[in-house]
Amino acid sequence: MGRYFKIFSTFARACLVRDMTFRANFLLECLTSLGWMSMNLAFYLLIFSFTPEIGRNSGWSREPFFAFVATGLIINSIVQTLFMPSASELTEMVRTGGLDSVLVRPLDAQFLLSMHRFDFSSMANGIVGVALLVWSTSRFSVAPPLIAWFLYPVLIACGVAILYGLIIMLAAATILMGRNQSLYDFWFYITNFSRYPAEIYAGPWGGPLRMVCTFVIPILLVVNVPAGTIARPLSGNAWGMIFLTCAAAIISVGLSRIVFQAALARYRSASS
Amino acid sequence: MSDHAEISRLKMSYGWLSGLKSWWRMLVICLEERLAYRTDFALGTVMRFLPIVTQVFLWTAVFNASDRTDIAGYSRDNIVAYYLLAMITRAFSSMPGLAGGISRSIRDGSVKKYLIQPVDYIGFLLASRIAHKLVYYIVAMLPFVSVLFFCRSYFPPAPDGLTIAAYALSLVLSFLLGFFLEATLGMIAFWFLEVSSIIFAYMLFQYLLSGHMFPIDMLAGIPTGLAGVSLADVVRFLPFEYTAYFPAAVWLGKITGWELVAGLLIELTWLLVMIGVCRFVWWRGTKRYSGFGG
Repeated sequence: MGRYFKIFSTFARACLVRDMTFRANFLLECLTSLGWMSMNLAFYLLIFSFTPEIGRNSGWSREPFFAFVATGLIINSIVQTLFMPSASELTEMVRTGGLDSVLVRPLDAQFLLSMHRFDFSSMANGIVGVALLVWSTSRFSVAPPLIAWFLYPVLIACGVAILYGLIIMLAAATILMGRNQSLYDFWFYITNFSRYPAEIYAGPWGGPLRMVCTFVIPILLVVNVPAGTIARPLSGNAWGMIFLTCAAAIISVGLSRIVFQAALARYRSASS
Repeated sequence: MSDHAEISRLKMSYGWLSGLKSWWRMLVICLEERLAYRTDFALGTVMRFLPIVTQVFLWTAVFNASDRTDIAGYSRDNIVAYYLLAMITRAFSSMPGLAGGISRSIRDGSVKKYLIQPVDYIGFLLASRIAHKLVYYIVAMLPFVSVLFFCRSYFPPAPDGLTIAAYALSLVLSFLLGFFLEATLGMIAFWFLEVSSIIFAYMLFQYLLSGHMFPIDMLAGIPTGLAGVSLADVVRFLPFEYTAYFPAAVWLGKITGWELVAGLLIELTWLLVMIGVCRFVWWRGTKRYSGFGG
């Protein structure tokens, strides 16, 4: 374990050195990342100029909704910094045979493939997410209880774990398909469902969709549960959702490991 | 007719035929390349519909909570139809990987083969993109038709023939405008080798200002500080709205009469400007380009 941590920190250092070598580009990446986030925030402000809340009696008025957005920013920035850059490289590695050199190394292939490259510029959004969380929670009519603040980082970690499991399963699909340029697109589109409160998925079509995105692909738990814990009272089925999120995180990581190993067993090298 | 004139005429017609053959060959190569990874391509096509689903639920929730019947002139059904129509426009005007591919070929030096071969690089890219789109439309036809049929109740009655013709023209122009905008962007790599951030920044502005994110009419209430000039008025001066908003608004009957004619003329003007800029940037870029190694 210590060896893996050492290698992890070496990779992190190397990526930081690389980012700092192209400082102007790094700065520009931070700015564009912040620009994307600001654009989304502007869109939400525009929406709230037309409505007092998102979903009738959903409780997602402006400040709670911005706490929701902040939670999404924090979780996504962790995933984008730590896992996504490596995963998006995998598709070309499979196609060109570069994956072979990873498999012959005396290290766990999943570790190497999912954590060898980091994108530190994505942390900018996370920092703004924390600031937005502080701003929005300070404007709540009722302050979140202490237990909610203890649970919040745990649930953030669970959200990250669910997304990590999903990334690994998508990476496994890349290995099976030979090429999966849609990996990043799929990631973007599937996480799109988690960008809004689960309450918007209502009605004859929304209800089943909400069930699928909660229990089959637990993408709706990722942001909704930590944000709900901090923004709404811990009553009703809140505790049930918290336990469900923890379970989903464990299952997601475990299942992704099994799927990834099965995909590697079926890998046929593309190189000569 | 003298022998000399006859030879010139033959050379010209052969040159024209040869050019056409080259284009056809490029098209076939690109079609084969696209179809080599069919599953990936089909998956990417179908997934594009997912964000629409979220938008439908989001706007339904907004309308439910606000008790409003319309927002910026759009009913809830209008907004759903708008997003679907904007998506059709983006199927024409979006150029995934074009700017990044050009900048990569400049950075890694592979662009130099186009400098020594009798192939027009921009023409090659255009043929390649047409092939990409043809395959995309073939693959996307079924999901597009299914979704549009499924969502037919959101749409107003079909417009008259002239409006449909204007809509079709605006789509073709949006394809060409999107192509030349992004090709020009990729060629910035002649000056700055690493342009991924610039491309991302462009995509960001494009997403916001094209009307892909929401109808531009929603910006009409936002002041700019200039008397009588809203943010929507400023956005309408830019070329981006023709890559998403404009065709969708034409179909929905938001732009009619002389306003429609003027819009098409402005779109055509932007296209001609971008063709000129793209050619100029290529010419200047290749002048300063240095290729090293074998």
